[in-house]
Amino acid sequence: MSDTSYQTIQTAHDAEFGDYFALLKPRVMTLVVFTAWVGLLAAPVSVHPFVGFVSILFIALGGGASGALNMWYDADIDRVMRRTQKRPIPSGKVTEGEAKALGFALSGISVVMLGLASNWFAAAFLAFTIFFYVVIYTMWLKRWTPQNIVIGGAAGAFPPMIGWAVATGGVSVESVLMFALIFMWTPPHFWALALFMRNDYDNAKVPMLTVTHGRRVTRHHILGYTVVLAVLAIAAGFTSIGGYVYLGVAIVLNAMFLWGAIKIWRRDEEVSETDNFLAERKFFKLSLAYLFLHFGAILAEAFIDRYFGVLA
Amino acid sequence: MSIHKPHELHNRRSGRNIGLGLVLIAFVAIVFGLTVVKVTGGNVSAAISGTTGQ
Repeated sequence: MSDTSYQTIQTAHDAEFGDYFALLKPRVMTLVVFTAWVGLLAAPVSVHPFVGFVSILFIALGGGASGALNMWYDADIDRVMRRTQKRPIPSGKVTEGEAKALGFALSGISVVMLGLASNWFAAAFLAFTIFFYVVIYTMWLKRWTPQNIVIGGAAGAFPPMIGWAVATGGVSVESVLMFALIFMWTPPHFWALALFMRNDYDNAKVPMLTVTHGRRVTRHHILGYTVVLAVLAIAAGFTSIGGYVYLGVAIVLNAMFLWGAIKIWRRDEEVSETDNFLAERKFFKLSLAYLFLHFGAILAEAFIDRYFGVLA
Repeated sequence: MSIHKPHELHNRRSGRNIGLGLVLIAFVAIVFGLTVVKVTGGNVSAAISGTTGQ
């Protein structure tokens, strides 16, 4: 090896294993794992624990693959937005080509392995989810419509349906309601974030509702979606995935969430700026607990059914 | 005496080489485990003791 080539290798970028892992958006994967797992356990059909574990693993990997493809395609946006500037591509640790290759490879592996582990309906559903997130959302609608968050939310809402499909091989009212819970939750969650992180989306020229229709309209939308979300969340309590525990949690959380949305709706920019968007920040924090606790309650109901239902 | 002098580059890359190695080992273990579960119909202990299908 000549000195010149040695120097070339030394100065080339060297990503750590963790940088490739970061391409898979581990925090989003955590949500995917949790909701898919709840979907799987809430289903009326039991699955062998190892098959369940492997299925969840490959659903998460599929979610991660779509995250890598999203980072590849959105690298230009990520370089501009403060929140995303430390991601592996904008920080120069991983090239766009590497992210694309990793995303495609993991998409294929995750779909095939899920099909082999569980059933091909669930695998097709995972493939559709990846396609939806990468092509429909990332490539097409994210840069085109202010309803981007609504559409992107659908991709994030599919995992519990896939988990349910792993167990049952199909779709039902319960799995659609679990989808609806995340789908309707996503817009208020992100629009609250957009209200207090406004410069980020403005700079990246992403058509967020706050930019295209103004912040007053965004506040109306947050309240509107929260009302529909509350109806759907409580409706889920009357299906087979619900019960007294779920209903209790849902009623308390939706009352709090509605109250938060009403506060955001009643405020104007002047008031928000005086306390540095305190109500918006609180609503955003509550939204994280909201989703976790709803799915936690569905999980609790599944355990109650499984271990105490037999005794009752 | 080693004929190959380790370079700082190798240290930097060792982390991801070990990581990839562990991922591949885990993948093999998953495929093996899945095969066992599928072949035995989920009843691994009965398959080992030879009582499957009786």
